[in-house]
Amino acid sequence: MNFWFDPVNFIAHWLTGLLVGWGAANWLASLIIQLIGVVVLISLMMVFDIFLVWVERKVVARFQDRLGPNRVGPFGIFQPFADIIKLIIKEDITPDGADKVVYNLAPILSLMSVLLLWAIIPLAPVIFGVDLNVGALYIIAAGSIGTLSIIMAAWSSNNKYALIGAFRQVAVLVSFEIPMIATMLIPTILAGSMGMNEIVQGQQTVWYVVLAPLAAMIFMIAAIAELGRSPFDLNEAESEIVAGFHIEYTGMKFGLFYAGELLHAFTFGGFWAILFLGGYHFFGLENLGPLVAVVILLAKAMFGYWVIMWIRYTVLRIRIDQMLAFNWKFLTPVAFVLLMLTALMNTLLRGTPSGIYILGMFLTNVLLGWIIVEILRAYSRSERQKTESIASITAAAHH
Amino acid sequence: MIPLSWYLILSAALFSIGLFGVLSRKNAVAILLGIELMLNAVNINLVSFWRYGDVSLMAGQVFAIIVFAVAASEVAVGLALVISVYRRRNTVIADDLDLMKW
Amino acid sequence: MTAMQIFFLIVGLVILGSAVMVVTTGNLIHAALWLIVTLFGVAVLYAILNASFLAVVQVVVYIGAIAILFIFAVMLTRKEMRDRGPQLNDAWWLNAIIALLTFGGLFWMLQSWNGFSKTAADFPSSYDAVGQLGKALISPDAFVLPFEVASVLLLAALVGAVYLAFNPRSGDSRK
Repeated sequence: MNFWFDPVNFIAHWLTGLLVGWGAANWLASLIIQLIGVVVLISLMMVFDIFLVWVERKVVARFQDRLGPNRVGPFGIFQPFADIIKLIIKEDITPDGADKVVYNLAPILSLMSVLLLWAIIPLAPVIFGVDLNVGALYIIAAGSIGTLSIIMAAWSSNNKYALIGAFRQVAVLVSFEIPMIATMLIPTILAGSMGMNEIVQGQQTVWYVVLAPLAAMIFMIAAIAELGRSPFDLNEAESEIVAGFHIEYTGMKFGLFYAGELLHAFTFGGFWAILFLGGYHFFGLENLGPLVAVVILLAKAMFGYWVIMWIRYTVLRIRIDQMLAFNWKFLTPVAFVLLMLTALMNTLLRGTPSGIYILGMFLTNVLLGWIIVEILRAYSRSERQKTESIASITAAAHH
Repeated sequence: MIPLSWYLILSAALFSIGLFGVLSRKNAVAILLGIELMLNAVNINLVSFWRYGDVSLMAGQVFAIIVFAVAASEVAVGLALVISVYRRRNTVIADDLDLMKW
Repeated sequence: MTAMQIFFLIVGLVILGSAVMVVTTGNLIHAALWLIVTLFGVAVLYAILNASFLAVVQVVVYIGAIAILFIFAVMLTRKEMRDRGPQLNDAWWLNAIIALLTFGGLFWMLQSWNGFSKTAADFPSSYDAVGQLGKALISPDAFVLPFEVASVLLLAALVGAVYLAFNPRSGDSRK
């Protein structure tokens, strides 16, 4: 067993030998090693989260034509540490009528729901947490725990504005899960399994973004809504200009919500990369070793995170009723029609050579996109004619 | 390792606790919570019989999925009823909803 | 006592303990949160039973939708932000006796069945339970008819719930 080609098993083997040599039973040794693995993964993700704070602030600064943090260390790289120190030394206020247990549990659950997602991400062909055969649904399940933490935070704050913000946020989260599930089923159909490992291995020859570009776009839109980021961040900005469900949280508890939101965005960038951009595949470069594959996947996840940030800092915010209408009247029917078309074309084109297959799936998506644009154009034309006729009638009535 | 009896006793106990909740809670929403416990007990029973019987017979899991669907629809309609009753009568205590008694 | 048995006992205690808290606690939001703990324990139980698809669907459907619906319903049907007063009926002791009799009756009836204490066969290692479940749900000589009837039931419940909770005085449901 080589370290370079199989690092996790190598370390586990060495540690097992060490622990059994000290006299531990076999099952106890494997339990301890699994616990160590969990702790290592969580620690690495939290350290990476600190780096993400710096990335976020630098990128938003560049989008807004300024420099961003550049005083604390070279290129401002120690800025997140200053942020953490500031959050830790702040006073920890608990509102008077708050429900203490639920109030303190909510930020923990919010961060936990994000860390749970890292268990199924295949960082390399041999480095992953667990090979779950229902990985796509597991993502939705972890999102449900995040939704729950929002309600717990808002209700236990004993604050009506927090409750209103949380109601709206939960309505958006629950609504946008449906197009996300439908578009997550498309890589499932193309790969033949819901497990993340099989989906990545199915993209060895061609990435799924070529086979289903419309699905990638819809998944990105639904993921941004799931994250609660702009243009869907009615939670943070609209609730009477206060901060939504985490109004009453100060200090490090707010820091947990904030860090959890950034890590959640990066995780969904990672899932976009795994489901549609080929995971750790990069023209055969991942065969050099698992650590190279990890770097490739993290680079793609950073690209997905950059796309999410790009959309955040360029597009205006959307109202709650517009958002829900957009979901139920546009995204959900389109996602389901796309799902049915993909399943149909996948079955029809199954035996054909790969060039015709790729071309067929790509053209199906383009055709569906063109039909949708035509429908939207006809709809907006009829809306414009309606407003113009009303305007002309009122203008004629004024004269 | 784990005999089937443990699962059956667990689901029987959960069913009895749910039955107690349905019979003795005043709030209508709390009665629906008890019904949820009973449906979960039934599901545990179905899935453990699937596992301890023939694993290739999918009837146990399919039945459990149908129970999921029925529980979801029953909770949706039940809570909609409770909310509309609350809007009319301004109460959800089951004892006060006695319009048809004389 | 193997590790699996100890783990099952812990999960069983969590399920039953939080179920008791659901039916006895006075604060209804706390009851809904204890229900979430119970549902999560049941999901862990499904995972122990190798029904991985059902475990994840349990979390998505029950915790992610039904429990949130309960919390919303509790919030929409209370006159003030706090609960007070006893939450159990006057005849709760009689109901406790009925519940104990139910449990005793079920236990006595089950333990006279000869398969009561059988242990599980090993789960075949490469058995694609999710794929077999999918095939069973849509093949015409398996369970496609109950599956379609369940979806019609969900549609009827969806339409019915929207109609029942529709409030014609406030105009925001119109959009």
